[in-house]
Amino acid sequence: MSSPAARVPVTSPALQPSANHPPPAEGAPLRVDALVKRFGQVTAVDGISLELRTGECLGLLGPNGAGKSTLIRAIVGRVIPDSGQVAVFGSAAGSPAARAALGWVPQELAVYPRLTASENLHSFGSYYGLSGKPLAEAIAWCLKWAALEDRSHEITRNLSGGMKRRLNMAAGLIHQPRLVLMDEPTVGVDPQSRNRIFEMIEALRAAGATLIYTTHYMEEAERLCDRIAIVDHGRIIALGTHQALVQESFASRSQVLARFDGPPADIASWVASQSGRLADSTAEFTIKHPTEIAVLLESAANAGLQLVDVSLRRPNLESVFLHLTGRELRD
Amino acid sequence: MKFLSIARTALVALRRDRAALALSFILPISFFSIFAVIFGSRHDTVPKISIILVDEDQSPTSRQLVQALRREGSLTVATKPQAKKNEPEPADYTAATAEAAVKAGDVSVALIIPAGWGANPITLRPDLPSGPALQLLNDASDAIAPQMVGGLLEKAAMTALPVTMAEQGMKYTSESIGGLTPEQRTRMEANLARMRQYQAEQAAAGPGAASPAPAGFGSGGLIAVQNRSVVGENKNNPMISFYAAAIGVMFLLFTASGSSGALLDEAESGTLDRVLSSRITMTGLLAGKLLFNTLLAFTQLTVMFLWAWAIFKLDFLAHIPGFLIMGLSTAVAVASFGMLLASLCHTRAQLGALSTLVILIMSSIGGSMFPRFLMPESMQKAGLFTINAWAIDGFTKVFWRDLPVSALWPQVSVLLAIAVVLFAFARRIARRWEYA
Repeated sequence: MSSPAARVPVTSPALQPSANHPPPAEGAPLRVDALVKRFGQVTAVDGISLELRTGECLGLLGPNGAGKSTLIRAIVGRVIPDSGQVAVFGSAAGSPAARAALGWVPQELAVYPRLTASENLHSFGSYYGLSGKPLAEAIAWCLKWAALEDRSHEITRNLSGGMKRRLNMAAGLIHQPRLVLMDEPTVGVDPQSRNRIFEMIEALRAAGATLIYTTHYMEEAERLCDRIAIVDHGRIIALGTHQALVQESFASRSQVLARFDGPPADIASWVASQSGRLADSTAEFTIKHPTEIAVLLESAANAGLQLVDVSLRRPNLESVFLHLTGRELRD
Repeated sequence: MKFLSIARTALVALRRDRAALALSFILPISFFSIFAVIFGSRHDTVPKISIILVDEDQSPTSRQLVQALRREGSLTVATKPQAKKNEPEPADYTAATAEAAVKAGDVSVALIIPAGWGANPITLRPDLPSGPALQLLNDASDAIAPQMVGGLLEKAAMTALPVTMAEQGMKYTSESIGGLTPEQRTRMEANLARMRQYQAEQAAAGPGAASPAPAGFGSGGLIAVQNRSVVGENKNNPMISFYAAAIGVMFLLFTASGSSGALLDEAESGTLDRVLSSRITMTGLLAGKLLFNTLLAFTQLTVMFLWAWAIFKLDFLAHIPGFLIMGLSTAVAVASFGMLLASLCHTRAQLGALSTLVILIMSSIGGSMFPRFLMPESMQKAGLFTINAWAIDGFTKVFWRDLPVSALWPQVSVLLAIAVVLFAFARRIARRWEYA
């Protein structure tokens, strides 16, 4: 079976100005200025500013409840901010021009369960004013992109979970948007289907799509995104490329992961004495030079702990998040 | 004792489902109250029968009868149409205008006292020709009013016309018996035999065959009354068109609220959010749903009336224009009602509870469960606040009274006004879905 990337046309409709939405007059794909949104006592978005460049994929990485979805919904125009502004290609969020330019893939399976895949795409296409041949072509492209051509006449609720997710994504692209917002599109998806979704997104990326991708899986952000904004408690606490974020937090330092045999209380107190951290049964230390490993292991032996295994790794986004917040990304 | 755990779990779940909890108490109490008011024992709530009286005879006897009927507490007697403000006093009803009023549904019964009736008001010999009989014009859809008026006429004859009765009795005696000679006795026995035979024939023919319902002796009354249905006389079954509309509207309301509930499903699944992020506005979305629900309701009504036509011989084909107008007006009102209910609720469970409560109450006081003319006057007026009452009245005008389309304007206006107002409310309440 060929990969979805191979099936996606070189010039995806998502990138092509069409009669449905004329080419941009001006403005970056997205500009968010000092956005604040409160729900009662809870500040979901607390002064976020960011700008998106044409053709880039920006990842919003943060734990559940960090404010990623509220930010996305404010960009779509479904949330009215308490203060701040959002401009999509220079148009205010929620304006007809912004609506036409945006493709939103919500976290929920926001499709009609009793309609077929094809009928769903037809409905959402017509909601954007598409009809006739352009609509038929857009449906054909979406079905191909989502690898649902064989199941186009299947009732949606009878599709597998992964297929429903892919249809949910396709419905967000039916009107050939110039900026695509994907809100955790892999939630509740098995690893195989997740890879399929990654391939779809990579195909879009290869064709030059401009994307915002929210997730709480750092692997997804590392794999798919050019830049990553780490979001916590409604604020962007770090923004940059994967490498830049790691460099900023850890410079050239590395992480040592080691497991020991011995009384758990002894292991815990020794790890704490070495300024390390215990996650599950693995001790984690940050070191500047690999030579520090020997010093650590000697100290462990002196404390009566027996080494099971040890490894050295470059810090990842999870480490960056932990470093910045003192909490795990998936807490 | 594990079954107690099951019971306890169910009890906890019910306590959390406030809508279901409220429904389980409010619904039976509401219905009990409605039925208690309709069929309760308070005298001031017993329905009065409105009757039009036309006295063409103007004899002392006829005036006595009119006075006697006016004194009846259970009758509301009118001899002329109600005067309107700033307009001259209307003329008395004539036989023709009284018949028109019954046909229009203003009253169920009109009593015409024909000229010459006073000369021979009571008949003790049904087999012999007598004077002109009273004309009781009725609407066949109301089976009760003519029966009651017939009974009250008997009462009037017994209580208000004693002299007449005595005169007629003496006249009968002298005519039929004379002296008690053997010859007269033979004649009387022959007469009695004929009367018995007449009575037997009437009994064998069954109820309703006694038209003209002639005289005493059990089958009719002392006063000769000729019953005539001026509405529905050629109909196969008087209640088919009524129930096609009455039951149809009630289920339309249920369907419309269920169908409008799709809005709640879409809100819950996030589809509504997605649709509203496209070029569709909330007004456009609700208008689209309204159109769909209207067409659904109209199709339901059409199928129901076609079924009544095919199976129960309802004269559908002769009333298509009236059906289209009433069907569409009813459908759009019902669809707006469903939209309003859905916009008021947050979950399907709430919608189910609220719609069951509101629709059953509306249907009971609006005439979908039993005809409104059986209800006390106050309840009949309350029924005017329901879609059911206006829809049923309109369909009755079309299929039962054979009135022209132009006569439907009150019902159509009210139903369309209901549709506009309810939709406007639904649109306003739906603002909560527009933005967070």
